[in-house]
Amino acid sequence: MTFWKLYRRNRSAVFGLFILVTILTMAACASLLFPEDPFRLAGKPMSPPGDNGFFLGSDTLGRDVASGIAHGARTSLFIGGLATVVAVFIGAVLGGLAGYYGGWTDDILMRVTEMFQTIPSFVFAILIVAIMKPSIQSIVIAIAVVSWPAVARLVRGEFISLRNREFIQACHTVGMSDIRIMMAEILPNCLSPIIVAGSLMVATAILIESGLAFLGLGDPNIISWGFQIGAGRTVLRSAWWVCTFPGVAILLTVLAINLVGEGLNDALNPRLRERT
Amino acid sequence: MSQPNKDNAPLLDITNLFVKLPRGAERTHAVEGISYTLNKNEILCVVGESGSGKSITARAIMGLLPAPHVLIDKGTINFNGEELTTIKESRMREIRGGEISMIFQEPMTALNPVMTIGKQIDEVIRFHTKTKRKHRHQQALDLISSVHLPDPEHIIKAYPHELSGGQRQRAMIAMALAMEPQILIADEPTTALDVTTQAQILKLIKDLQKDHDTGVLFITHDFGVVADIADRVAVMQHGKIVEIGLTNDVLNNPQHPYTQALMRAVPSLIPPAIRDISDQQELSVNKLTKTYTSGGGWFGLGAKERVVHAADQVSIELHKGETLGVVGESGSGKSTLARCIVRLINAEEGEILYQGVDLRALDRKQMRPYRSKIQMIFQDPFASLNPRSKVGRIIADGPRVLGVKSSEADRRAKAMLELVGLDERAFDRFPHEFSGGQRQRIGIARALALEPEILVADEPVSALDVSIQAQILELLADIRERLQLSMIFITHDLRVAAQVCDRIAVMRLGKIVEVGPTSTLFANAEHPYTRELLDAVPGRDWHPDGVK
Repeated sequence: MTFWKLYRRNRSAVFGLFILVTILTMAACASLLFPEDPFRLAGKPMSPPGDNGFFLGSDTLGRDVASGIAHGARTSLFIGGLATVVAVFIGAVLGGLAGYYGGWTDDILMRVTEMFQTIPSFVFAILIVAIMKPSIQSIVIAIAVVSWPAVARLVRGEFISLRNREFIQACHTVGMSDIRIMMAEILPNCLSPIIVAGSLMVATAILIESGLAFLGLGDPNIISWGFQIGAGRTVLRSAWWVCTFPGVAILLTVLAINLVGEGLNDALNPRLRERT
Repeated sequence: MSQPNKDNAPLLDITNLFVKLPRGAERTHAVEGISYTLNKNEILCVVGESGSGKSITARAIMGLLPAPHVLIDKGTINFNGEELTTIKESRMREIRGGEISMIFQEPMTALNPVMTIGKQIDEVIRFHTKTKRKHRHQQALDLISSVHLPDPEHIIKAYPHELSGGQRQRAMIAMALAMEPQILIADEPTTALDVTTQAQILKLIKDLQKDHDTGVLFITHDFGVVADIADRVAVMQHGKIVEIGLTNDVLNNPQHPYTQALMRAVPSLIPPAIRDISDQQELSVNKLTKTYTSGGGWFGLGAKERVVHAADQVSIELHKGETLGVVGESGSGKSTLARCIVRLINAEEGEILYQGVDLRALDRKQMRPYRSKIQMIFQDPFASLNPRSKVGRIIADGPRVLGVKSSEADRRAKAMLELVGLDERAFDRFPHEFSGGQRQRIGIARALALEPEILVADEPVSALDVSIQAQILELLADIRERLQLSMIFITHDLRVAAQVCDRIAVMRLGKIVEVGPTSTLFANAEHPYTRELLDAVPGRDWHPDGVK
């Protein structure tokens, strides 16, 4: 368990991991803790936390905020995770090809990447969801589309620095195919930065999803933290709890993922190990 | 600035110095109980292999140890009556650059890339004196001309990247000597330089040292350099000084077994007896040309292109069982030639004839059956093995790509490990668990696993310590005999070339200037450039063979 030993040295990363595990457990047990549909009108609207059997209060229509947070965690984590996997895949493929082949391939792929990077990512995500009509798929696609350029840049850089190393040249001299060199020789050597970037991207994806849901561009059939905040913003002054608790949930999740990402970076990146 | 010094008292007196390493390091102390003195007007060479603690001592003197991990444990460093281990930081700053200054191995990283040379020299003077700007300018110009840099007015305005490696090192020396220090510490100052440039820099240091009565602490790993420059030598091993004495005594009559072993490992400049080589031709390269163009960028719309002729109509022949040396300085195109022959780089023109087939014209697929016949050994044993692959896989992958069955490839990999003198257990370990020399053996095993006819070795020993270098050279010679291999041996080190090669081709600026049998070439070289190279070999008049 040398990896755990290295990871453990960053105390805040361990704390982040603890929060993240708690949130994951909560998402996994949502149906056990709150078996009812979170959209169900459960009781008196605008009940403050602790009143009328609502642990964290109820919103303007009498929906249970606590139940919404537990079920919303699933949505947020699912969308964050899936969108990141898609983005990392696209980014790794395009970045890898650009970095490995260089020349014209690189020029074309990187100009395309830059085109994506010039559009403000949140506006771009809104645009895509608005065009495709809000649903889980369209949100995942939108987040992936605005996130992959960063991965592509990173992977390209790693591939460029690795492709001229002597051990890769040695592979060429035995006649190895390009695909095999890329997949079996270069890729394993740049996995750690990809993992780190990916973990931080999950946090960004959750923020984008919440933002979309807040603006009413979330999937209307699925509860999410952003949706809850959006629904409660009109009564922010009279019923503070409706917005606050989902907001705290987003804050904690994003913070936890960032801490974990930082911890992974310290543990996986040997050059930075001396820093702490 | 310099204070009068009692004539017989040493400038620098180090007694029983211990430098502690952080916990978990290879040994507890980088330096253990070192004592030596440096006198006025003397060059003391500290020589040793990598990790012997020679640089750490220099850093300890300058107060530049990487605190808080590495600290002076005990011992004293006495400089002109001042105790440097307990001195105040403000006084230390005055001493640094003023009374003790230092030059480094790699002048490109030691100079600030965004400041002109003039400004960097000016800084030294400005921090240590209150001279007026106009005077400082003149002083900088004088310094630049004192290190024999051409056109001082131009150099003073130049940025480090505009100078060549040798010129940069001269500029560093000018900076170091700006305040006429009493001690100059030179940490491998010529290791990154070409042999002819090295000879000039060594002469410059020696001349300046004589003119200014400076005490020079010269750190090096090269006994040739020691023979050329040193008055006294200290030999270090594992953080201890094993032998110290006058150059002549230590070099020609070493007492300590470690010193004796080091001397034996230094290749002699006298080539061994000529071997019998068949006339059968193995490989012939005809008028090979490779040019590099840089610039362009952005679909070719960027800056103007720059063209470099890395290989210019190069023709060489390799006979069966022969070792052909290709020697030259950096930028002469010898590595390009090697990479063209193994088809890592595509040459534009010419032919590479192997068994009647022109390899240059083959595309990747056609080339595949010939790949295994010509294999390469790389320079850097730390960069040439995939850090994420186990050694067994690294070696067995080659045969596997050629279609050898997996179990057979593994068996062959184990046989190769044994052939290069490694334990079979190495099969399941990762490259980082091995030392540089062992890694180079793994690299050789990888090349041999494909059962090649020709080995192209690109500086295979230049990243290794001298004793490891001797072992690897011995291994290569042994394999060459056993497997009847022909070898193209690229090197910048004429000592190595003299011992290994049957014939030598000298390259300069992409062209071959002279080819001939090693002994003939060393005895009477025809081309002036070859003679220049031979004259520049450090310690050419010292023959380690004399050592028993």
